[in-house]
Amino acid sequence: MTGSVNILYFAALREQLGRESQRVTLPSTTMPVAALVQELRQHDAKLDEVFAGTPRIRVAINQKLGGFDTCVQAGDELAFFPPMTGG
Amino acid sequence: MSVRVLVQQAAFDTGAETARLSSLSEQVGGMGLFIGQVRGGDGLLSLTLEHYPGMTETILNQLAQEAMQRFNLLGCTLIHRVGRLEVGAPIVLVGTAAAHRAAALSATSFLIDRLKTGAPFWKKEEFANGHTAWVDAREEDEHAAAAWMHTTPSSS
Repeated sequence: MTGSVNILYFAALREQLGRESQRVTLPSTTMPVAALVQELRQHDAKLDEVFAGTPRIRVAINQKLGGFDTCVQAGDELAFFPPMTGG
Repeated sequence: MSVRVLVQQAAFDTGAETARLSSLSEQVGGMGLFIGQVRGGDGLLSLTLEHYPGMTETILNQLAQEAMQRFNLLGCTLIHRVGRLEVGAPIVLVGTAAAHRAAALSATSFLIDRLKTGAPFWKKEEFANGHTAWVDAREEDEHAAAAWMHTTPSSS
């Protein structure tokens, strides 16, 4: 049983990728963010290029800061972005 | 409600915000106020602030609640603007109300330090020559935020 997750991109990542979101099907019920990213990069040259060229990418899972070892599952909202620069 | 959090494009009214904090309780003995604005130089015209709607408000509310408890505040206000802001325009307002000055001042520092690297905002610079660039996170900002993890709450 698999499902999909919605991925959002912000700031420089969004601009470089030329997209602000995408829905992807999870290859398994649950997996760490790092494994999903690896999977996506293998099938998406643009994503691979942008992730390779961007240091310190941050991730949020369901609008909560997480790590690349955090597990995602169907229905989750993932977001990738550069270090935050508010204030 | 003693915590007020807003993410908006519009300018804020500093006088009205201070008045709200001032009148929260007769226990208020002092207020802390920080206003960040777009710093010019090197031909900078404007900053455009992007954020993560939903997550931003959640994080700002969590930070405000943390400050309320940690510094025993009577109230606090966080207003952060988004969109395109020209040099000299206010970006952020942090206001705190407490019985004593130490708590109000410390809480103000705490909130702006933590907000800068902990809330999902990103700034893009636009220069007079047409060049644009995303602002890089500064190491000293991350150190300032991290320092609050290792200090004990204000005792006043």
